[in-house]
Amino acid sequence: MIFPYLTVLAGLPLLGALIAAMSKAKAARVVALVFSLLTLVYTGVVIWASKSGEAIYESFEWLPMIGATYSLDMDGMGLVMVAMTVLLVPVVLIAEWKTGLGGKGRFSSKAFVALVLLVESFSLFCFLSVDLVLFYIFFEATLIPMFFLIGGWTGKKGKGAIKFLLFGLAGGLIMLFGVIGTAVLSSRSGAPSLLFSDLANAGLPGNTVTKVIFLSFFIAFALKAPMVPGHIWLPDAAQESTPGGAALMVGILDKLGTFGMIRVCIGIFPGESAWATPVILILALVSIFYGAFAAIGSKNLMRLVAYTSISHFGFMVLGIFALTSASLTGSIFYMVNHALSTGALYLVIGYVIARRGSADIGDFGGLAKIAPLAAGFTLVAGLASCALPGTSSFVSEFMVMSGTWSRYPWIAGIAALGVVFAAVYILWTYQRMYTGPVPDEVAEHVKNDLTWRERVALIPLVLAFLVLGFWPQPALDEIAPTTDAYMVSASATDPAVEIEGGR
Amino acid sequence: MTFVAPSIDYLRLAPFLIILGAACLGILVEAFVPRKPRFITQIIVAVLAPLAAIGVTVWQWGSVGQGLADPHASASGKVVSGTVLIDGPTQGFWIILLAFGLISVILFAERHVHSGATAFTPMAAAIPGSTLETEAADAGRAHSEVFPLALFSLSGMMLFVAADDLLVLFVALEILSLPLYVLSGLARHRRMVSGEAALKYFLLGAAASAIFLFGVTMLFGYSGGFGYEAVAAAVQSPTQSDSLMLAGLGLLAVGLLFKMGAVPFHSWVPDVYQGAPTPVTAFMSVCTKVAAVAGFLRLFYVCLGGMRWTWQPLVAGVAILTMVVGAIIAINQSDVKRVLAYSSVAHAGFVLVPFVGAYTVQTGLKTWQMSSVGSIMFYLAAYGFATVGAFALVTLVRSQGREVTALSAWSGIGRRHPWMGVTMLIFLLSLAGIPLTGGFVGKLVAFIAAWEGGYWWLTLVAVALSLVAVFIYFRVIQVMFFREPTAETGTVETPGAATWIVVVVCLVGTLGLGLVPGPVTEVLNQVSAFLMAAGF
Repeated sequence: MIFPYLTVLAGLPLLGALIAAMSKAKAARVVALVFSLLTLVYTGVVIWASKSGEAIYESFEWLPMIGATYSLDMDGMGLVMVAMTVLLVPVVLIAEWKTGLGGKGRFSSKAFVALVLLVESFSLFCFLSVDLVLFYIFFEATLIPMFFLIGGWTGKKGKGAIKFLLFGLAGGLIMLFGVIGTAVLSSRSGAPSLLFSDLANAGLPGNTVTKVIFLSFFIAFALKAPMVPGHIWLPDAAQESTPGGAALMVGILDKLGTFGMIRVCIGIFPGESAWATPVILILALVSIFYGAFAAIGSKNLMRLVAYTSISHFGFMVLGIFALTSASLTGSIFYMVNHALSTGALYLVIGYVIARRGSADIGDFGGLAKIAPLAAGFTLVAGLASCALPGTSSFVSEFMVMSGTWSRYPWIAGIAALGVVFAAVYILWTYQRMYTGPVPDEVAEHVKNDLTWRERVALIPLVLAFLVLGFWPQPALDEIAPTTDAYMVSASATDPAVEIEGGR
Repeated sequence: MTFVAPSIDYLRLAPFLIILGAACLGILVEAFVPRKPRFITQIIVAVLAPLAAIGVTVWQWGSVGQGLADPHASASGKVVSGTVLIDGPTQGFWIILLAFGLISVILFAERHVHSGATAFTPMAAAIPGSTLETEAADAGRAHSEVFPLALFSLSGMMLFVAADDLLVLFVALEILSLPLYVLSGLARHRRMVSGEAALKYFLLGAAASAIFLFGVTMLFGYSGGFGYEAVAAAVQSPTQSDSLMLAGLGLLAVGLLFKMGAVPFHSWVPDVYQGAPTPVTAFMSVCTKVAAVAGFLRLFYVCLGGMRWTWQPLVAGVAILTMVVGAIIAINQSDVKRVLAYSSVAHAGFVLVPFVGAYTVQTGLKTWQMSSVGSIMFYLAAYGFATVGAFALVTLVRSQGREVTALSAWSGIGRRHPWMGVTMLIFLLSLAGIPLTGGFVGKLVAFIAAWEGGYWWLTLVAVALSLVAVFIYFRVIQVMFFREPTAETGTVETPGAATWIVVVVCLVGTLGLGLVPGPVTEVLNQVSAFLMAAGF
């Protein structure tokens, strides 16, 4: 009997959620933090074990009638996604330490921490599953705790949460059609199996039905990621959520969309992906610019960050479907960096919003004089999110662009303009919030700078994207084998570099 | 004509006879046991009988000639001179019926939350609000006849599932219906509504039965026999005009779709479900539906299987209509019981989706796959756990000693009572078909069966309508968790042992079917092949 490393990894937060839900109100958040840190440490153990040659692949029969199994494995992409998740969750728990206390919000702080751990557990299962049905189950299951996380603590009517759920379930059910279709196709081929690896080699027929199935998957992932025009739920949900909840939603859950595009669309339906690529690339471009313009025009900070994310997801999708080694590796790395930088941005903005009692940009001004630390963190996180060299986002964005360039120079050229707008929305927001004279209203509400607890939550994220910015090689080395595997299974080759006037 | 004594295989028939016998025993208990120990005696009879019947069915499991490997096994399952057939699906549906019958009957016995009384009126014969009624209530009287009535109904359902003869099918239909008419009218509170529900159910049910019987005569005229085998043979080599058979098929379908609560024969469902005592509603919403679907399956697959190409589009239309109407009207309801009633209408539509696919051994099922029958069984089991569980929780929400079911009385209830809220949430998620619950796996296997049967477009429609149906449940969830508790909000009573058992069993069942569906699907698939003389 081999030790079920991965089940324990994804199960730890679930256990933590149950224990937290049953413990006393005051103890719950401590329990939750302990479990999230335990998961973080344990992830290190699992990585070490897998590096030292332990077998971590687990597979059990689950529903043999349709070939569905309970199968977990961790490839390079899974590893970085897991690492990102287990790092972000304790940070969010620390940042939201006081959420739900004092009778504010619909539910208790106990419910908050339990839901955060549920989101963590379900996402981990999703990142680790190598079976289509298992992936689907947890892809869909994350919606429920996140729904309550969004709607539970900010006292609005819950419209954003409903919108989140509506789009999530719509995507999920569209995808259910694809899952059912894939199961039927797989069972017609003789030996039903829904393992990603088997499906990739199954040789699904390239007919219209397969195209419809591919589309159902792609639409579901595009709603999740989110891409224009399926993005309209994200700003509303983010606006209503607590900053920590928004960080989890944008940082982890939305990655399930781009993650699924690689796992399912590129992995199982390479032919159909190639067929749809022109439209997808255009949509990605539209997302990049739409997100950037909407962010520039946004008056609400939570919405602004949500729009910047739409723009970033455009880059990730671009890199995925450009399908070169560099762009795909860049996209996977981008997913991690986006969680770090946007997570940090949401948290620090959340701190100042909580002090000011308003998320409207117009209500801020001159904050750098009162809260220099907050200003510094905002600037660093913001610049990281718009890919300043020295931060890890730069590495990933550069890889996406250069990879895309080698195949679609025009599209890469246009996308590069998006980087300019990214600088605009970050710097202009910083200017409006932190520089200039301090209005009386601001001085009245914002009295102190970041506390120790708030700083402790931010430092790991900032450290992570700075370290990975200067030394991205370990992460890229992890991702590279995954990228190569997908390139091979999609029978894609990198375009040969033509050097004009070359010798 | 000489009379031939029927040969009855009592052993095979034992589960049915146990329930029927226990029902009769219940009447004797009513007559001879003194009032004080009567109630508890009835409970013991009503709980032990299904348990014993389950035991016998499990013991005989697979003992009849069925199984995927042997679809055309000799007609060894025939008992009672071939009018009743005990094959795999009979046993499978019996287990489901007995299990949910047992759970519902336990719910009948709850007296703790009703401050010492049952959910049933102390004296049904008294005029509502009269002094006679008050006296009976003060004297602590109780209609313990509800237990034998439920057992009679259950026995009718079991016969309905096993019937291999149109007349037996009709008799079984009446046995299962008549006690339900009475039970629906026995609510303790809001007795006028309850009486109205019973009358409505009775009148419409009687009309449906008459239509059903008319259909039986048509098929008799067409085939010259009542047995399924005779009809199936006539369908293969017709001697009469097809229009006679089509008329018979249509009329029979009306009768069965009525019991199932499918559109356009669903109008009784919300009124009856709302008016009937909640434990009875739980019983009806699951067991009646299971029996009706099972009877419908055998009739259409075995008896009229040769006419598959004719009835598949028809049933597909009914399925779509049922899903649409059930899901859309449910969204607009302001009463939890009515919401669940319309949800049960919508689920009747979802069950018909794999039904239309008709994916069985006879139509190319491969050994490892799940057939339409097996997936329907699984779907109904998942639906049953979630529905009974939800109704059990409905009985707990009370205000001034009465059950309150208005949606406004549920406002914010999940925030005041988190554990009750979370439990209800899980049942609703299962009904909505969200993963990690039985409802999801049910939808998955059911829709796969429909697609395998060649109806991929119906799968697409069903998936789209699942999204609409999800809103039925999320509206309730939103009310429970996102609205502020108001003065109107009911309190959640501490459940007594009976309700505890029911809720826990249903919760375990819902999560169990969702997390480890493998063994159950295996077992159900083993018994999913109808014994039939002729294939499709």
